[in-house]
Amino acid sequence: MPTREPAVEGWFTLGESGAPALLGSRCAACGTYAFPAEAQFCRNPDCVSQEFETVELSRRGRIWSYTDARYQPPPPYVAADPYVPFCLAAVELAAEKLVVMGQVTAGVTVDDLRVGDEVELVVDTLYTEDDHDYLVWKWQPVSAGPAVSPGKEG
Amino acid sequence: MPDDKRIAVLGAGMHPWGKWGRPFVEYGLAAARDALADAGLSWRDIQFVSGADTIRNGYPGFVAGATFAQALGWTGARVSSCYAACASGAAAIGNARAQILAGLCDVALVVGADTTPKGFFAPVGGGDRKNDPDWLRFHLMGATNPTYFALYARRRMDRFGATEEDFAQVKVKNARHGLANPYARYRGEVTVDEVLSSPMVADPLRLLEICATSDGGAALVLTSMDFARRHGGGAEPAVTINAVSTVTPSFPNTVIEMPNFSTDSAVAFSGEWEAGGGFRPSITSAAYAEAGIGPEDLDLAEVYDLSAALELDWYEDIGLCGEGEAEKLLRDGVTSLGGRVPVNPSGGLSCFGEAIPAQAIAQVCECVWQLRGTAQGHQVEGARVAVTANQGLFGHGSSVVLSR
Repeated sequence: MPTREPAVEGWFTLGESGAPALLGSRCAACGTYAFPAEAQFCRNPDCVSQEFETVELSRRGRIWSYTDARYQPPPPYVAADPYVPFCLAAVELAAEKLVVMGQVTAGVTVDDLRVGDEVELVVDTLYTEDDHDYLVWKWQPVSAGPAVSPGKEG
Repeated sequence: MPDDKRIAVLGAGMHPWGKWGRPFVEYGLAAARDALADAGLSWRDIQFVSGADTIRNGYPGFVAGATFAQALGWTGARVSSCYAACASGAAAIGNARAQILAGLCDVALVVGADTTPKGFFAPVGGGDRKNDPDWLRFHLMGATNPTYFALYARRRMDRFGATEEDFAQVKVKNARHGLANPYARYRGEVTVDEVLSSPMVADPLRLLEICATSDGGAALVLTSMDFARRHGGGAEPAVTINAVSTVTPSFPNTVIEMPNFSTDSAVAFSGEWEAGGGFRPSITSAAYAEAGIGPEDLDLAEVYDLSAALELDWYEDIGLCGEGEAEKLLRDGVTSLGGRVPVNPSGGLSCFGEAIPAQAIAQVCECVWQLRGTAQGHQVEGARVAVTANQGLFGHGSSVVLSR
């Protein structure tokens, strides 16, 4: 079995104790969220706070817009051989009032997506290298049936 | 407009865009020499050289101002080099303008040039850079530049009913505009069918609707109003720059933009929140305010059509029409040559491809020729006021207002 590890440290949970989630920061003074987490400064120009808590962001949001990648992106993207196109979605999180991008789960095409559709965060394999599965967050249409929850497998 | 707010454009020069594969210095040098000849000035008259940097051509690209100065021959002229992604050219114009308006120099040369690799732009430099969002967006999402453009295009279709044919019509229009432009890389008519049968790159954007990466160079000779009058035997300069906007976004910037993973969060913002309220409209509104004009005064605009669909966003962002009305403007021919406000009479990025540090300068060169009435084969008749608009990665606004 390949080992499973995040492709980037500290950006999301694997959902060992529940469902996976993105990890953002929340400013202790003004409440402004950031993803990926900010540790140095608050983006609000009227806030000088340097205190942030790490928080799990909403696991569900609505599609602000979407597209796909028909051609293999250049490195440092690690593409499967042969290349398999994937969709990307920009997803609006109502509680945090921000939009987060991410790949959409495999097997979904642009014909399956609509602006405003609800999607849910999952953690899935981005690429496999040297017997390691490198994981990343992806958006999965809520209507697509039971969520992949790789965090509870392997 | 008072003299302490405007500067004269005495010379404009460009090296043709293409995929020549030669050192960028060569293109910048050719453009600079053309601009100097156009101005009727010699290199020794230049007191300040303002270079727009290229980050894909090694150290000489990071110090472009000095690189061009050395190529022209050291004269002791003062120098600056700046990088602002796609807005680098406007930033270089802004630096030269500030020197002139402050009275620190009378005559400045602005130069930008680029040599570009083939295919998708990839992050610059090697190695794993897990703190660089531009590296990470490729690594973690495979999000190339066209995928971001495609998000905006899809959004237009969903919100305003834009169609694939509308996007194709923008390409058809710009291809027609660029036919007679000697500096354009692509000069050929394109039909809607040809656009719609070109390969899909990032749905809904097709190959012919996405800006290529090009080699090219552009240069301007800018002077104080007093110098221009002395040089012109007392006559007023033909073309002036009345505003340069290099604004940054205002918080919260709620449009997802390259190379980011997310927008700003609007929770601490007390106003009305809408995902997608954005940066682009503020770029030209700052320029209009500085120039004391409004969009109703424009005779033409050069905007950054990184994709055919993005040109439609710009119509609204620069104030030519209200939200959701761009498709109608296009269909009514308002933005075509012969229409009320032709947009991208040069042919735009659609015909040029992008030579990053040269592009915003090339937009201004085109406006200069339009305002002089010398844009043969693609002239906007009787043009008096022109604007350029563009946005650089990492929050760089770029807009220049010119008039005759």
